[in-house]
Amino acid sequence: MNAEVAAATAAPEKKEFWRWQENTWFDESKNWKDAKIITCGIDVGSVSSQAVLVCDGELFGYNSMRTGNNSPDSAKNALQGIMDKIGMKLEDINYVVGTGYGRVNVPFAHKAITEIACHARGANYMGGNKVRTILDMGGQDCKAIHCDEKGKVTNFLMNDKCAAGTGRGMEVISDLMQIPIAELGPRSFDVETEPEAVSSICVVFAKSEALGLLKAGYTKNMVIAAYCQAMAERVVSLLERIGVEEGFFITGGIAKNPGVVKRIERLLGIKQLETKIDSQIAGALGAALFGYTLMQKQAAK
Amino acid sequence: MIANYGYKDGSGEYYISIDTDKCIGCAADRACLTACPKHMFEIITDDYDDEVAWVKKECTRALAYDCAGCKPAGGYTSLPCTTACTPGAIKHSW
Repeated sequence: MNAEVAAATAAPEKKEFWRWQENTWFDESKNWKDAKIITCGIDVGSVSSQAVLVCDGELFGYNSMRTGNNSPDSAKNALQGIMDKIGMKLEDINYVVGTGYGRVNVPFAHKAITEIACHARGANYMGGNKVRTILDMGGQDCKAIHCDEKGKVTNFLMNDKCAAGTGRGMEVISDLMQIPIAELGPRSFDVETEPEAVSSICVVFAKSEALGLLKAGYTKNMVIAAYCQAMAERVVSLLERIGVEEGFFITGGIAKNPGVVKRIERLLGIKQLETKIDSQIAGALGAALFGYTLMQKQAAK
Repeated sequence: MIANYGYKDGSGEYYISIDTDKCIGCAADRACLTACPKHMFEIITDDYDDEVAWVKKECTRALAYDCAGCKPAGGYTSLPCTTACTPGAIKHSW
């Protein structure tokens, strides 16, 4: 069989446009062996899992990856990914806190804390003590949270019944448009005129509406813009239910999508606080910080 | 803390909000637990180690249906849960 025939008969390569970047990071300027207290936060979400290491109350490293079909394995894999890079063993960690959808299935966790409290604590670390309103746009749910200057939750609301306004919704559109998920945000601004938001709030119906728009002559970028606008309107209505205070911060994977973030800022009339830390680790970071506080309390007794 | 349990879907917004600060040392002797005909409330220890009421997880996605019986159409003039909660911690959004 010649090369041309082989190429023509080969199965087409299946591209996973939805697949977001998994990543691992640690602070190379520090040595974890110098730390007195090492705590770990494991956030097992419905779509992604993160393990964050905190040394003496400061972020040291993290690993963010896709959640598999088994929560305990996802937790183990997330932590192993960072421990292997830095030569750490589980015994070296003083306290582990599990959070997220699969928090009760983290086998080596000393305590489980809800993702609502952990996201508030993580956002307080990432955005500083001015953070008051947090929007967590998770894989399959969306949360609006108010917190005080210490990162303690004062008001929260969660919508986990509907996938509209979640990362999974964006993955569906990414696959439908056959555009890598990281490109959706920038491409949503590459339009001559801003289209109306897609009217459906349901991901399933939004998908069929998007197909209808393509048939009607919309470019892919226009459809993406319409979907990003719909997602922004959806989460803003959620936020407005608890009210929006200055000191706005977005966590979760969607925080990396400027197409949604800038539209949310436009609708609210405020800018979100900046951070250099990966928005997806907020929950696990908050969990690790809770662990650090618990260790300090134990030491003080 | 104001905890909102429920959801928004194509038919409307259905949230039960609980002011947990009013739950601590409940002045109504946890009357919400027995007042709700569907037994939707439960006492938990929250993330800040306070004993407060919450809406059971399995109930939060069906409030529009589960609470319908206690609304005026069901023959009630006031909601049993909000009436029983004399500190005024429980509110319905609809």
